[in-house]
Amino acid sequence: MAEVQLLNVQKHFGAAHVIRDMNLTIKDKEFVVLLGPSGCGKTTTLRAIAGLEEIDSGEILIDGKPVQDLHASERDIAFVFQLYALYPHLTVFENIAFPLQATGESRDGVATKVRAVAKAIGIDHLLRLRPSALSGGDMQRVAIGRALVRRPKALLMDEPIGSLDAKLREGMRVELKRLHLENGSTSIYVTHDQVEAMSLADRIVVMYDGILQQVGTPSEVYTKPANLYVAQFIGSPVMNVAEVSLRDSADKVELVVGGEGFQFPREVLGMLDAARAGDGLSLGIRPEGVLVSREDKPGYRPVDVHLIQPYGGFDILDMNVGTKTLKARTTSGFVDRPGARVWARIDPSQAHFFDNRSGATLDIRLGE
Amino acid sequence: MARIKLENISKTFGKHVALAELDLDVADGEFFVLLGPTGAGKTTTLRLIAGLEKQSTGHVSINDGVVDDWSAAERDVALVLQQYSLYPRLTVRENLAFPLKSKLRAASPDEIEKRIAYAATTLRIGHLLDRKTDKLSGGEMQRVSIGRAIVREPQVFLMDEPLSNLDAKLRETLRVELKDLQRRLKTTFIFVTHDQVEAMTMGDRIGVLNKGRIIQIGKPNEVYNNPRDTFVASFVGSPAINLIPGRLSGGKAIIDAASFQLPIERAAPEGAYTFGIRSEDVIVQAGAPVQANVHDIENHGIEKILTLRSGGHFVRASVPGTVNVAVEEVVSFGWNASKVKLFDPVSGLNIDRSTN
Repeated sequence: MAEVQLLNVQKHFGAAHVIRDMNLTIKDKEFVVLLGPSGCGKTTTLRAIAGLEEIDSGEILIDGKPVQDLHASERDIAFVFQLYALYPHLTVFENIAFPLQATGESRDGVATKVRAVAKAIGIDHLLRLRPSALSGGDMQRVAIGRALVRRPKALLMDEPIGSLDAKLREGMRVELKRLHLENGSTSIYVTHDQVEAMSLADRIVVMYDGILQQVGTPSEVYTKPANLYVAQFIGSPVMNVAEVSLRDSADKVELVVGGEGFQFPREVLGMLDAARAGDGLSLGIRPEGVLVSREDKPGYRPVDVHLIQPYGGFDILDMNVGTKTLKARTTSGFVDRPGARVWARIDPSQAHFFDNRSGATLDIRLGE
Repeated sequence: MARIKLENISKTFGKHVALAELDLDVADGEFFVLLGPTGAGKTTTLRLIAGLEKQSTGHVSINDGVVDDWSAAERDVALVLQQYSLYPRLTVRENLAFPLKSKLRAASPDEIEKRIAYAATTLRIGHLLDRKTDKLSGGEMQRVSIGRAIVREPQVFLMDEPLSNLDAKLRETLRVELKDLQRRLKTTFIFVTHDQVEAMTMGDRIGVLNKGRIIQIGKPNEVYNNPRDTFVASFVGSPAINLIPGRLSGGKAIIDAASFQLPIERAAPEGAYTFGIRSEDVIVQAGAPVQANVHDIENHGIEKILTLRSGGHFVRASVPGTVNVAVEEVVSFGWNASKVKLFDPVSGLNIDRSTN
């Protein structure tokens, strides 16, 4: 059992306000990822929960008990760093057993626990080796094993797979999640990689400049980003964002992007009015929300393909739309050469609207 | 004008063989990407072309002339590195002017101004010209170092992981900018990276290197759709291709006789193979032939990557982001039989390409 709660937490480093009045509840057995660019306060938050960093004010509760004045070792929390920090002169077995030394556990008891955790993370065949004989992935597995062997209330991880190569990271993501599923400890994980966050998290906490931008499930932050920052931080390729104006003529309503009009259902006018959208309006549309046709079709407008980026399973087109570029996602090979003329439409049901000044979403969702 | 040719190149450092039997022919005006893991020999290849390293055997030609004995300066190539190596005390303008003031290539003040203006417009750094480079962001610094290459108007741009130090969003932007730049300059680019997304999205052709050897050269979609071996198959594409050991018998891939059999469209001799299928060609559908438990779900927004567990086998499948499944739920799957690739289980070679 471990619920972790932050109440009005504040932290400064000198003049820098790195955590600004943070409130967050991480439920028992939940896997929460703190996501943001370097300097957003995510690691400081993690270290504060672990007790490696003092907070200026506010409370940190573990299972309802304030711990902000407790020493790190009294909080019953395990921490895994990007750098493995294994003892080079000890074997894998001894490294994993290390945190149990102080517990007064019997030798047999220690061995049983070490073997159980090593089996769970798939390193039971490496127990006799020293860290220098291990690959990067195995070293990180050992570090995680060492963290888990004490059965901590919560497992905190700071970019634990950030230094591994791309393929290994893919595999480790699955392992980490299965381990969490089977082990059940509350996990708080820090990363700057949105793919990692989307892949691992029950809920993502998007941070920027010491402030929580949004807390939500991967689906929520992807489909209903709270503001322009989240909209453009989550998802790859980045969501298209453009300042737009409205053109209301007798027969149709258009959103004007880079001087070119895209047809929208008339109901958008009422919704924008109701949201008190002023002049500073931005449209956000993910590449998959820009629909592309090779023939002229009603509701589509002609555009030129500037670049084609093949990803293998799909292509991303950069299309010139007046003074702007719009990215669209198509099936692989859909457009055969740059410079081609195609027809495009913005899918109203995938459109996001933001207030330019605040960056906040207007929370307008159109139907198909 | 610059065609770059490497013929039968090898390079050894002491006992270590960095490159072996390397042949490469990069066309004038081509955007060529050398892709491979750390230690594959990518950077060594680039340095050989630049003249910073001398090959042990073989020849380097630029425009059909052998340049083995030419110094780096004589080769007229520009190298852009991952580390920007700008002069921090100088302004952007002074940094850009620097290569034009060398004795070998001294240009007139008017010419220097013209070239700086051109580079600044091309890279959209005009507003930064009078700033000191230590006041720039990572992306701006990398644009300036590319600018320093542009002003020289070299025959060839050699780029060694120039985007690796930048964050994900900036890399995405600069990928497009660099590809666009190459289109406009129409100059030969040789670009080294370990990132398969960079290779796929930027290259006219990709050369995949592993352990000092070229494994495959081809257009991005060729490398993706018809990989020469299991190394290329799993290095290119994300998530990694499923490689599943089994037997081909009676027109079926038999992974597990009792529970995991799927059709193969193509003809091939019966026997043991490694079957390769990409996640987008695995079809999760009620009534499909193979039963599996959902082992893991990764939500990528537009799609979910499911890891399916059937017996002791794991298979990744891409499904639309709107599909709702739970971990350990039982689902059925099949595959697009025309997209299955067959690899020799011992050599790892694609049986369609093993004669190459």
